[in-house]
Amino acid sequence: MSETPLIELEGLRTHFFTDEGVVKALDGVTFSVPRGRTLCVVGESGCGKSVTGRSILQIVDRPGRIVEGRILYHPTPHETIDITALRPMSRQMRTIRGGEIGMIFQEPMTSLGPIQTIGKQISETIRIHKGVSKAEARNQTIEWLARVGIPRPETRLGAYPFELSGGMRQRVMIALGLCCRPKLLIADEPTTALDVTTQAVILDLIRELQEEMDMAVMFITHDLGVVAQIADDVVVMYLGRVAERAGVETIFDAPRHPYTRALMRSIPRLGGSREPLEAIRGMVPHPFRRPSGCSFHPRCPEVIAGRCESLDPDLREFGDGSQVRCLLYGSQTEAQQ
Amino acid sequence: MGAYILRRILFMIPSLIIISMISFMIIQLPPGDYLTSQIAKLASSGESIDSAQVAALRSRYGLDEPMIVQYWKWISNIVFAGDFGLSFEWNRPVSTMIWERMGLTFAVSFITLLFVWAVSLPIGIYSAVRQYSMGDYLFTFIGFIGLAVPNFLLALVLMYFSFAFLGQSVGGLFSPEYIEAPWSWAKVHDFIGHLWIPVIVIGTSSMAALIRVMRANLLDELNKPYVVTARAKGLPEWQLLLGYPVRVALNPFVSTVGWILPSLVSGAVIVSVVLSLPTTGPMLLQSLLSQDMYLAGSIILLLSVLTVVGTLISDILLAWLDPRVRYQ
Ligand SMILES: Nc1ncnc2c1ncn2[C@@H]1O[C@H](COP(=O)(O)OP(=O)(O)O)[C@@H](O)[C@H]1O
Ligand SMILES: [Mg+2]
Repeated sequence: MSETPLIELEGLRTHFFTDEGVVKALDGVTFSVPRGRTLCVVGESGCGKSVTGRSILQIVDRPGRIVEGRILYHPTPHETIDITALRPMSRQMRTIRGGEIGMIFQEPMTSLGPIQTIGKQISETIRIHKGVSKAEARNQTIEWLARVGIPRPETRLGAYPFELSGGMRQRVMIALGLCCRPKLLIADEPTTALDVTTQAVILDLIRELQEEMDMAVMFITHDLGVVAQIADDVVVMYLGRVAERAGVETIFDAPRHPYTRALMRSIPRLGGSREPLEAIRGMVPHPFRRPSGCSFHPRCPEVIAGRCESLDPDLREFGDGSQVRCLLYGSQTEAQQ
Repeated sequence: MGAYILRRILFMIPSLIIISMISFMIIQLPPGDYLTSQIAKLASSGESIDSAQVAALRSRYGLDEPMIVQYWKWISNIVFAGDFGLSFEWNRPVSTMIWERMGLTFAVSFITLLFVWAVSLPIGIYSAVRQYSMGDYLFTFIGFIGLAVPNFLLALVLMYFSFAFLGQSVGGLFSPEYIEAPWSWAKVHDFIGHLWIPVIVIGTSSMAALIRVMRANLLDELNKPYVVTARAKGLPEWQLLLGYPVRVALNPFVSTVGWILPSLVSGAVIVSVVLSLPTTGPMLLQSLLSQDMYLAGSIILLLSVLTVVGTLISDILLAWLDPRVRYQ
């Protein structure tokens, strides 16, 4: 990777200080988001995908907090903003939120303000970041609603979310995420709550807008079918860490990490052999009971007895730029305990 | 919105009719009526009674006729002629006696309501946003004290305070020299100076309750995904709070007018007696004791109408705040 990436996460740790104990939602996440491409973040539910997205915008819910690590944002290849050094409520952080980095969410039903018109919710965002007049913000809102495929947008400005279908609401969400032409769009499972047809339409829309705006997309999903459709690069997360990062072809054709391989075997294939779907053995451990050594070892089909229980592997980089955190590929440090 | 308001007003009519019937039934509940008890009293003291005048009164109010006819005479006089009947005890038309007191009752209740809202809204918001902070605990503590201290005690303490430290006349809504005076700016000024004690006394317990309501509602809303969306857009925190979760949490808050208004009015009865306020409370009490039926009935009726109107206003406010209500 010669070009400066748009975002670099370095050893990011975000913990939730709950009454029951500390949940280490992110426990040393390191990866970068390249410019103008689509990076998919995949992993089972609870592995920290959403917390990663929210950490980048510093909107992690209480009692969560970034406790360690850095998030470096490069608006241009020669500029660097250390997001973790900004106060979450600061003006500069707010300029980045929604202005430089847009975000869209999973639940189109509950993620829009219930009693505010969609026109207001979008034009308000435009006004904050662009400082344009009310009338101009209104015009741009109409343009965006048209752009995301909402029919007769000028009549829709006064509509409330409960008057729209799920697919239409998600289009409004996309317009909201994109209306300030961000350099990065973080999409947190934006199609999970939609039916398959609407899902395909929304994916096409995001891809189309991405090409048009030359924007990077960080697409969070647990649906490998979606990954196959839109990803350039893939980050596979497990228990708050990156297990593997590679180009989409490598992930599908030559996955290195046993966890990635297990994920791949768990997708149904059209016209493939009629073997039963192989689910990944066991359950994601409770966040309080993180296994020693490599945290995947209790479920790993390729576990190396005597090593994986005690040794915590490093993220190792390969010649093609892929990275894997697994003892099958050498490099490791002794575990602390 | 217009259609909604019209529908609500139409719905009000049957409840007003029922309320008027119940008010009438309440004043008919005790055995006998004012005239018979008055005649018996006069007869026992050996005075003569103008039997022609008694007969005229009996037929005017249909006292010998069936209840339903009496009700109709009473309510039709009120609705079509604004005639609320005669106060037997004072021998004056009820309508000349109650308007000023109704006006003052309404003014005291309404100002109390505004005061209760103005104080509990920001405190409720603060307590939710800074949950478990020192301030939150402090307001919770003060709120529970407000709920626990009886109104009459609070009234006595504040009266002593205003007498001892502010040198104000004790009780009432006016200084003695203004009681009979016509309305003037000076009288309004005097009124406002006296108002704070009843407003605090009547409002405190509602205020404590409303702070809890607002805090709980807002805590619920703060965890909703749309708040995260609004934050991710880059809204400044106060604009976000007031524009989104507080707007939604206001609904249950506003709908409390429905129960706050009657509790203010009825709570005001006891407080008014203690503070000797020239409102309808003491007058209602006295008229009930002496079976002055048209006076008591009129006051009950008007206070009930006030409550129904309050509910209507809260419904309209709700619909204005929340489009989901309008579209139902
Ligand atoms: N508000 C919270 N309080 C406590 N723990 C949380 C909170 N939000 C997320 N977590 C924990 O963080 C971990 C990662 O969550 P998340 O990023 O939402 O997973 P996913 O990959 O499904 O998006 C989970 O173990 C979850 O329990
Ligand atoms: Mg998630």
